[in-house]
Amino acid sequence: MTTGASSQSLWQRVTAPLSSGPTAYAFLAFYVLICSFLLLTNPRTELSTDIVFVLFMLSMLVAYRARVATWFKVVLGVIALGIVLPYFGTLNPFYIDVATQAGIFTALALGLNVVVGFAGLLDLGYVAFFAVGAYAWGIFSTTQISNINPAWGPVDPVMFYPFLIIGLILGLITGVLLGLPVLRLRGDYLAIVTLGFGEVIRVVANNLDRPINITNGSQGIRDIERPPLVLVDLVRNLGVVADDNRLYQLFFYYLVLIIVLLTVIVVARLKNSRIGRAWEAIREDEVAAVAQGIPRVRMKLLAFAIGASFAGVMGVVFASKQLFINPPTFDLLRSINILAMVILGGMGSIPGAMLGAIIVTMLDLQILPRLASVLREAQAAGAPIPRQFDPTQYQRLFFGLLLVIMMIFRPEGLWPDERRREEQHEVEITDEELEADKLTKPTGAETGR
Amino acid sequence: MAVDATVAPAAARRSLGELLGVVFGPVGQLLAFIVGSAASLSLIVILLALVFSPGQPDIMQRVVIILPQVIIDGLVRGFLFATIALGYTMVYGVLEFINFAHGEVFMIGGVVGATVSFLLVSAGAMDSIPPLVFVLLVVLVAMAFCGMLAVTVERIAYRPLRGAPRLVPLISAIGMSLILQDFARLVMTNSPLGFNARYQTPDFGQPIQLFSMQVGERSVPVILGPRDLIFIITATLMLIVLNYIVNVTKLGKAIRATAQDMPTASLMGIDVNRIIALTFLIGGALGGAAGALFGLRIGTVNPYMGLIPGLKAFTAAVLGGIGNITGAMVGGVVLGFLEAFVAAYLSIFTGGNFSGAAYADIAAFSILILLLIFRPSGLLGEATTQKV
Repeated sequence: MTTGASSQSLWQRVTAPLSSGPTAYAFLAFYVLICSFLLLTNPRTELSTDIVFVLFMLSMLVAYRARVATWFKVVLGVIALGIVLPYFGTLNPFYIDVATQAGIFTALALGLNVVVGFAGLLDLGYVAFFAVGAYAWGIFSTTQISNINPAWGPVDPVMFYPFLIIGLILGLITGVLLGLPVLRLRGDYLAIVTLGFGEVIRVVANNLDRPINITNGSQGIRDIERPPLVLVDLVRNLGVVADDNRLYQLFFYYLVLIIVLLTVIVVARLKNSRIGRAWEAIREDEVAAVAQGIPRVRMKLLAFAIGASFAGVMGVVFASKQLFINPPTFDLLRSINILAMVILGGMGSIPGAMLGAIIVTMLDLQILPRLASVLREAQAAGAPIPRQFDPTQYQRLFFGLLLVIMMIFRPEGLWPDERRREEQHEVEITDEELEADKLTKPTGAETGR
Repeated sequence: MAVDATVAPAAARRSLGELLGVVFGPVGQLLAFIVGSAASLSLIVILLALVFSPGQPDIMQRVVIILPQVIIDGLVRGFLFATIALGYTMVYGVLEFINFAHGEVFMIGGVVGATVSFLLVSAGAMDSIPPLVFVLLVVLVAMAFCGMLAVTVERIAYRPLRGAPRLVPLISAIGMSLILQDFARLVMTNSPLGFNARYQTPDFGQPIQLFSMQVGERSVPVILGPRDLIFIITATLMLIVLNYIVNVTKLGKAIRATAQDMPTASLMGIDVNRIIALTFLIGGALGGAAGALFGLRIGTVNPYMGLIPGLKAFTAAVLGGIGNITGAMVGGVVLGFLEAFVAAYLSIFTGGNFSGAAYADIAAFSILILLLIFRPSGLLGEATTQKV
């Protein structure tokens, strides 16, 4: 760790032995083992399971951060995410759904991170690209398609896989079409235009049931096809007794896991590539970057389109997993939600975006409902809590507070990107800290990837 | 940024004529744009009707019958956007930052208005109060509350971030906007107001019949609702007062100086933080007044009503040339007309296939996008030298 602030030294003293050397191996193995054991022995949906589940998800990030051999991380990841979590999912389907949802949002946050974090373009209508992918699969896999041309029927469910690519291309095209006119503009205009675009897509989806019923308007599209299950017999032979719905949960879990892995690889490669450095240069100082010969508009467009294409793919998966989509699914709050993930984790930081996605999804699906039930109990016991107050209904308040507090106290996020942190705290880095930074840099470089 | 000629030292002693010109000139400009855009849009609609008339013989009549009412509707929408846009443009002029929470300040203005009216009703004073006094009361309370609110928001969420990279205060503003929405909802749903708060008003009397129009055999009355009239008059008054403050008073000079160059202004002995807070106060008060009047006009308020008008007002501010006060008014009016025409005529010309009301929003945002491509400096772009 190159964070040189003295206030963190105690924390460092505790964590340093645990994050490197042989103790790290033991610690991580023990951590994952304990969490898995706790999860598998008590699969009921309750507060303690929630906490263990969050800790379990965090174990992956701790492992990622620790200085242990890559093979160990991979083995740990495969065991935890590939075996323990799905098996736990067969015991308690709620959590596997949470994990899948977290995965979908992780991919979205990673995509938005390319736009906001790497290239510094604030996109407030990111969910529009998500909607494009979702509606593409929703329309083509249901009888909606017959409304466009009676001769066309729904496509075969197997077409789901090619449609992942089509979703990607659609996202890409939409991103380029929107980006081309607006990327010449200053950053804050871009934010408003993308916000407007997000609203436009939602309004169009809401109203495109006339003259031709394409999107089925505000009623949304139901009975969206799922791809045929693969390896059903194999799984059944393994002794897993489950109906199709359970199997689909597992299927989508693995699908999302694979997509997230691919996304992480692509994004990480991009970040360290020539393109990634060009983005960073543009983000830091546009004028200087142009003077260095970086094609500004083309690079911004690329970031915009890449971010949009991730959303397009996830839209297809999301529509297929949810079986039902309607315009309110893709409202502004969803865009803000994804933005909050990126900002919470740290703009420009890949593990940060993942951490943010996991925390925000947990907050949404587990912690707020849990808080609501706690409040209801307290209220039943006579505590002075307004009857109408239901924390699950006040996501905006929570996300708003999150954004403001993060911006004021920690604009670089929970898990900052190294260079980003230096930029945000430009003024505060004293000479002393720079010295400390220089001293610790060599160790950082050794373990850096 | 070039220096506005009126900021020259000689401006300290301006003749009465010049002064009136500075204060009322923008009103003339605004009037020109109102007439111009109404006329050109009417012309377009009538030409379209001519093109369509061979197929549908009655289309011309249908178009002409609603035309005056559409113009009035456009005017009212336009003044709504204009009053909100003033807040955006003032803050942008000084801080070069989009105060995203401004739409919510507008919403809170509506909620405050509804609260005042609720209190009056429950005190049983609603029937005895003269309508004009009611309007004045509602507007002043909303202005005071929202001005203070905007200053508080600035103090909490924006001031600590001054000098940070551009995205940081913008994100903070988005967060603030979400907080205000849900905070208003929390308060409203836990009070007798409810989510959709009724906004009761005294009886404003009958709509005024301006004139009646002869279309074929029928005589179509053209009416202007008293609430619409109140809205238009108040908005115009606010523009005049704002122009006076910014262009004539010493405070206005300080605001303009801060907008031009903050460090230099502070070297000249201007307390920049105070001026910025005052800018938020003025912008917030205008937004609050707009909210109170808007709620009064439509009869209910809810905590989410600020987002879309806020966005459109921002569009209006950009349309007029952001940072320019007259530009914000002009942009608001032009956008209002465009929207009213799209809302009214889209379904007529597409044979009812596309509902105009739904696509009016899209029209507004398409205008924003097109404008930013072809003329990012806005309609009054050249005049943006004066940045407040």
